[in-house]
Amino acid sequence: MKGKCWKFGDNINTDEIIPARYLNTIDTKELAAHCMENADPNFTKKVKAGDAIIAGDNFGCGSSREHAPIAIKAAGLSCIVAKSFARIFFRNAINIGLPIFECPEAAEQIREGDEIEVSLSTGEIVDLTLKRRFKFEPFPREMQEIIQAGGLMNFVKKKMKVA
Amino acid sequence: MGMTITEKIIAAHSGLKEVSPGQFVYANVDICLGNDITAPIAIEEFEKAGIKNVFDPEKIVLVPDHFTPNKDIKSAQQSKSLRIFAEKHRLKHYFEIGRMGIEHALLPEKGIVAPGDLVIGADSHTCTYGALGAFSTGVGSTDLAACFATGKVWLKVPESIKFVFHGKVKNWTSGKDLILYTIGKIGVDGALYKAMEFTGSAISQLPMDDRFAMCNMAIEAGAKSGIIAPDKNTEEYIKGRVTKKYVMYHSDPKCNYAKTYEFNADEISPQIALPSLPENTKPVDEVSGIKIDQVVIGSCTNGRISDLRIAAQLLKGKKAHPSIRLIIIPATQDIYKQALQEGLIETFIDAEAVVSTPTCGPCLGGHMGVLAEGERALSTTNRNFVGRMGHPRSEIYLCSPAVAAASAIMGKITPPGGTVKN
Repeated sequence: MKGKCWKFGDNINTDEIIPARYLNTIDTKELAAHCMENADPNFTKKVKAGDAIIAGDNFGCGSSREHAPIAIKAAGLSCIVAKSFARIFFRNAINIGLPIFECPEAAEQIREGDEIEVSLSTGEIVDLTLKRRFKFEPFPREMQEIIQAGGLMNFVKKKMKVA
Repeated sequence: MGMTITEKIIAAHSGLKEVSPGQFVYANVDICLGNDITAPIAIEEFEKAGIKNVFDPEKIVLVPDHFTPNKDIKSAQQSKSLRIFAEKHRLKHYFEIGRMGIEHALLPEKGIVAPGDLVIGADSHTCTYGALGAFSTGVGSTDLAACFATGKVWLKVPESIKFVFHGKVKNWTSGKDLILYTIGKIGVDGALYKAMEFTGSAISQLPMDDRFAMCNMAIEAGAKSGIIAPDKNTEEYIKGRVTKKYVMYHSDPKCNYAKTYEFNADEISPQIALPSLPENTKPVDEVSGIKIDQVVIGSCTNGRISDLRIAAQLLKGKKAHPSIRLIIIPATQDIYKQALQEGLIETFIDAEAVVSTPTCGPCLGGHMGVLAEGERALSTTNRNFVGRMGHPRSEIYLCSPAVAAASAIMGKITPPGGTVKN
């Protein structure tokens, strides 16, 4: 994962990520078109495939709407690095296979516009602009199983042995 | 060391004698829930996975309540997908409009959730049922799809935070004020990933409707769940509603809490949360006089019968201020009917309020009261995020039904003092 960073503050909530006025659809392209609209109306015009969101504490707080991580993923963002995530957003991201990393140090120091590279194998976020490396804690084994299966439904299918 | 009520319920549903915070479990679910916004994704995921049957048609609840009665063609399509799924899998608990209510008011009312249950819902306010002594938490649509298939959910056992409310709740202060006060003290991530356990003499005396309002907003402090140990009030409420067997769990006298907060309920006056986070709370007295355009009384937080009674008590013989649009939404059909029989609806209409069929509608800026640019709402709902009720440059203040009704009359934020509450 390699891309340019877009920085947001604390408590970015699901009404900012995808306002409820767009929840009358589950079309991922339509959701992507309004990604982060209440936080930055021009976001989708600026963002490119592979870019990353850097945020403060409690990213994704509020509603349980899975449309929020879906909109971010479908807008082409490769990952989110935050100081902390709200819990329903966290599990939704794991369940749909949107990479998220809890790393307060990186979230603090990475600047808007910096280029970062994330390596899952080494557990490192590298700020290529700042030339600085940040370690993140790997997920617990059980969550890694879900991630490795490619999301919760694939994991369930495997367990239930559905073809 | 003993276990908390939350740990006991999770252990019992995971086939374990005991669990401790941080432990990863696959828990058996008694009830799983979805609505017209979240269930369509769950249904699509379930069908895409090629799974034929749901785990138990009696344990899945679908309530189209957010954009219903369908506000546009797209919403109608979403509701339709719920109806088709419910018919196909012969779901026992599908609630069509006219028979429904806002999900978190409806499920307790219909006796679908019992003390000791483990409930998940693809709606963040699923934590409401903690008021019945159940472990209940919000999840996403894919979690719901997985639960349709397996009847299980993955969980990390949360640490618990204990909130002790000493003393007695005073005049005009409600469960809503206690929870707004709490969120103001600990912040919107003050209980992140934790279970909030509410206890103390003020909670023991608190009516069920107020307990639902408190547990409902646990999520606004980032919590996984909110819970109140079941007692006589709980038993009285579920009598005639819950027909299945249930277990009343209680925390052991000695168990681990990540933190304990002690508050004196006597010192908590009616609260208000200023834009644009529920943690921006202040006593109403300190912000009285702020002009408002719209007042909403309703939602899964405060659309219950006692909420409507308090509002009617204040509005009786009065009119909403000419500059105010007053919207009142009974949370379920039964509450609506009860309010009608008690003459509350007549009071509201005489006060020049709009009374609507049950819907989440305005709370999330869906329909039935969307705000224009620069408008300010005072609402008994649960979130005041930027753009939540409409235009990104509109504002929301959160409060109890008493504050909302008193303010609707004056056209500006007004404490409900003066008269004595019945």
